[in-house]
Amino acid sequence: MLRQCEGSQAVAEAIGLCRPQVICAYPITPQTHIVEGLGALVKSGALANCEYINVESEFAAMSVAIGASAAGARAYTATASQGILYMAEAVYNAGGLGLPIVMTVGNRSIGAPINIWNDHTDSMALRDAGWIQLFAEDNQEAVDLHIQAFRLGEELSLPVMVCMDGFILTHAYERVDIPTQEQVDQFLPPYEPRQVVDPDNPVTIGAMVGPEAFMEVRYLAHAKQLRALELIPELAAEFKQKFGRDSGGLIRSYRADDAETIVVGLGSVNGTIKDVVDEMRNEGIKIGGVSICSFRPFPTAALSTALGRAQRIITIEKSLSVGIGGNVSHNLRMALPDRNTTVYTVIAGLGGRPITRASLKKVFRSALDGLLEPVSFLDLNLPVVQRQLERERLERRTGPAAEAILRDLNTLPAAVH
Amino acid sequence: MFEVRIHGRGGQGVVTAAELLSIAGFEEGFWAQAIPSFGSERMGAPVVAFCRLNECEIRSREPITSPDAVIIQDPTLLHQVKVFEGLSPGGYVLINSSRSLDQLGIGEFVDKLPRGHAACLPATELALRHVGRPVPNAALLAGLCAITGRLKPASIEAAIRRKFKGEVGEKNVAAAREAFAMFANVEVKEGARAHAQAV
Repeated sequence: MLRQCEGSQAVAEAIGLCRPQVICAYPITPQTHIVEGLGALVKSGALANCEYINVESEFAAMSVAIGASAAGARAYTATASQGILYMAEAVYNAGGLGLPIVMTVGNRSIGAPINIWNDHTDSMALRDAGWIQLFAEDNQEAVDLHIQAFRLGEELSLPVMVCMDGFILTHAYERVDIPTQEQVDQFLPPYEPRQVVDPDNPVTIGAMVGPEAFMEVRYLAHAKQLRALELIPELAAEFKQKFGRDSGGLIRSYRADDAETIVVGLGSVNGTIKDVVDEMRNEGIKIGGVSICSFRPFPTAALSTALGRAQRIITIEKSLSVGIGGNVSHNLRMALPDRNTTVYTVIAGLGGRPITRASLKKVFRSALDGLLEPVSFLDLNLPVVQRQLERERLERRTGPAAEAILRDLNTLPAAVH
Repeated sequence: MFEVRIHGRGGQGVVTAAELLSIAGFEEGFWAQAIPSFGSERMGAPVVAFCRLNECEIRSREPITSPDAVIIQDPTLLHQVKVFEGLSPGGYVLINSSRSLDQLGIGEFVDKLPRGHAACLPATELALRHVGRPVPNAALLAGLCAITGRLKPASIEAAIRRKFKGEVGEKNVAAAREAFAMFANVEVKEGARAHAQAV
């Protein structure tokens, strides 16, 4: 049913419709409303046959999810930011063991400096943990991706992270079509595990593997992700057939067929990018957008086709690989057969900095004019940075950088951006 | 697209106001997007929330910098935050105050807006009377509908009832109804003012 509601509430209801059997939760902003919503569903009895476990930390949340999944239960948890780092070891274990846990990441920056707002640093930090990573563009897609995630993960026996932008999506009220239980049941069969802890048929899940076999086990994880490259579009097609809308898939192109310039982004920023593409198309500029939904597995072939004819590619990246620049552009170069294609990395929106149409348009124009640096930072306050660099050149004991920048800016924390 | 920016203080419910407005817009078939500001939210600190209403899908996620209307939940913000920043020349201003626009010292500013586009509404008083708590949202949203003519009173009431069940919802609806009534009776004064005074 079509509803106007908060993204977190919509996602909580969608997960409820997926009939999880174990939900383990530790609250962290901006994901908290999701697990609160699920807690209410379990308590009211609307979500039956589900054990809701309050755990003492994110490490425990993922550990409980691993145990539950290994015991044959459909397991779910959610986290963000420092929380995903705190559970990092267990995240790798879930990936390596191939347990089809679904986890929402309400994307948020990672400290220091401490910051509760949106960027993609948290998901990117765990991109190599062996999980599938899907990024939602809006709240409808966040709902739909969770339904697809359980099916996808269980088919392949791989865990899936559904990444949705913290605050921008988790706290946004917009219209969302929440499917019916019948619809979800028709798409998502009960969990049939490939491996399960069963006293009648004892197995070791998590056996020690030495040099003679470690590479092979890791290769199988890679092969499964490559298999996901086929399965993700198949499931998106089946989803469309059953639910009547496009959601998920590997990538989505927007006015990119004849585009000389293509802007690539992950998650909710693609909405803003599309608006800018329309504005610039009206001015006669051949520009388009490509949204990457599946970051892991990375859709190299699909991107190669979608980007092949573009002269220049601009990636809008909400995470900084410190010391080199972009994570997305770094991966994306694998998809470019023509090494002459110029790739511009634009780091944007870190720690919740708004990504405005005006700023995007300016940076796209500067790429078109050949004036953009290979790696640039959208709306960076250069004078403030330079002042600090100058201080550090002149003095030894310059103190904490974050405090110095705040002092220079004389910020009121809640001032309108 | 119709864009509304709501200024208040942490605890007054700017986020709830934006959410209610988006539900009311949805009730009338608009695409609506409500988003909180991405700033520190402490009790009493200046906070902002945004709501967009549109005939078609809203894709942009940027904060609203050129609002068509601003709602100010606390008039002391007038001296602390640039509440009118980016307001469109034909925009609307609604302030929660039992004082007049002139008494608040912004008469000259709102005179630049079209006739009837600015108003004060004693929304906190209405809330205290009907709800028993200083929660000005229901009355303010009714006031916004009254001065802009954008949404129907019934949609605001439906949004209030969806968000607040039972008695609390009905009390807020009563506050909204009195706000509508105040605007229905008011004569648009000289210049830009539509000024609903406390009865």
